[in-house]
Amino acid sequence: MPELQLTPSQTVGPYYSIGLTWEDGSFVVPERAAGAFWIRGRVFDGDGEPVPDAVIESWQADPEGRYNHPDDPRGAEAHDFRGFARAPTDAEGRFGIHTVKPGPVPGPDGSTQAPHIEVSVFARGLLNRVVTRIYFADEGERNAADPVLQSVPEERRATLLAEPVPEDGYRFDVHLQGEGETVFFAI
Amino acid sequence: MTDTNRAPAGLQPAAAPYRRPEEGTHPPLLSPGYASTVLRAPKDPLVWLPHTLSEVTGPLLGEGRLGELDHDLTRQHAGEPLGERIIVHGRVLEGDGRPVPNTLVEVWQANSAGRYRHEGDQHPAPLDPNFTGVGRCMTDAEGRYRFITIKPGAYPWRNHPNAWRAAHIHFSLFGRAFVQRLVTQMYFPNEHLFFQDPIYNAVPDERARQAMISSFDLSRTVPEWALAYEFDIVLTGRDKTPIDEDH
Repeated sequence: MPELQLTPSQTVGPYYSIGLTWEDGSFVVPERAAGAFWIRGRVFDGDGEPVPDAVIESWQADPEGRYNHPDDPRGAEAHDFRGFARAPTDAEGRFGIHTVKPGPVPGPDGSTQAPHIEVSVFARGLLNRVVTRIYFADEGERNAADPVLQSVPEERRATLLAEPVPEDGYRFDVHLQGEGETVFFAI
Repeated sequence: MTDTNRAPAGLQPAAAPYRRPEEGTHPPLLSPGYASTVLRAPKDPLVWLPHTLSEVTGPLLGEGRLGELDHDLTRQHAGEPLGERIIVHGRVLEGDGRPVPNTLVEVWQANSAGRYRHEGDQHPAPLDPNFTGVGRCMTDAEGRYRFITIKPGAYPWRNHPNAWRAAHIHFSLFGRAFVQRLVTQMYFPNEHLFFQDPIYNAVPDERARQAMISSFDLSRTVPEWALAYEFDIVLTGRDKTPIDEDH
């Protein structure tokens, strides 16, 4: 049977970040979950101006590196773990995701992927989401063995690293365009 | 731009991958006719990402989060919204025609006067106290969904002189995998404004653009109550390896 025409992507417009958020959208895990922290950051445009109408969506494995999904036959072990967040940016382009660090995940050709979080960025002016990954700067050894991170030009890898912030968690900014442009992936 | 459809040597995925969209299906991120893309579209080439377990899984949302009236945008307030009541229904499918069951479908739209309920929308058209413009539902076992709403109005915007958005309803889909995530817009047949709408026209392929236009559906019209429009949404499906082919 011939493949059906795929439905094209269109921009979310400005209303997505206002009308489609969830009260607990930023919470991959509940407020007092063990080992939980915030990943906070800002989204910037090509002029270095904050993007106030973006939405960050994230998807990740649990601390054991398992996904809460039928295609991961191991299943997730963590309780109160949604794996998903939807976080809008504020007037200063700031967003926050309350989560735990995912474990290492199986990768291509028997490799192991370093702990990482899948990220989609939606906004007015983005005709399709842009996709990136959050890695953790304090996972040097695992990052060095991660096949995806190593496929990224070395001088751009740092754009994918969340930097530790004492007492809070990590910082991860998104630069849609221009200096320090975040690495985005074709999927 | 790099060829985003080919895997560099040594990066073959371990999980069964999904098909990558053909050139022309999705709009280029930089589409200068739509002015807001100019400072927001990335300029560096996208890096090819293998479909690993992280990409072929994805959030399965919705169960337990939906209210009884979330699918009916005309019954979320004390009174009924003004405008032309319509039924919007269809199926969520994968490229091979297989339905996507139990998946969350979200919609949002302007009211019948062409205005969104938010402060940034200063179009001098009335807000409707009985219309929020947000709906949610789950597809059934055959991938079917159905919303009741009012037909959104066209509205002006400042993209270029005398610019108007063709009337549309935003659709958000998750499918069952991170790579299937899609946000699109549904348009109406017999629309006059396509010729000058850079968001609609940012989709390069004519057949792909047509896939965003719903069809009038007399068979699902409810007599003396509401007209119906049908809109199927097709998400990318699994890449078929030779072993899956029928012989």
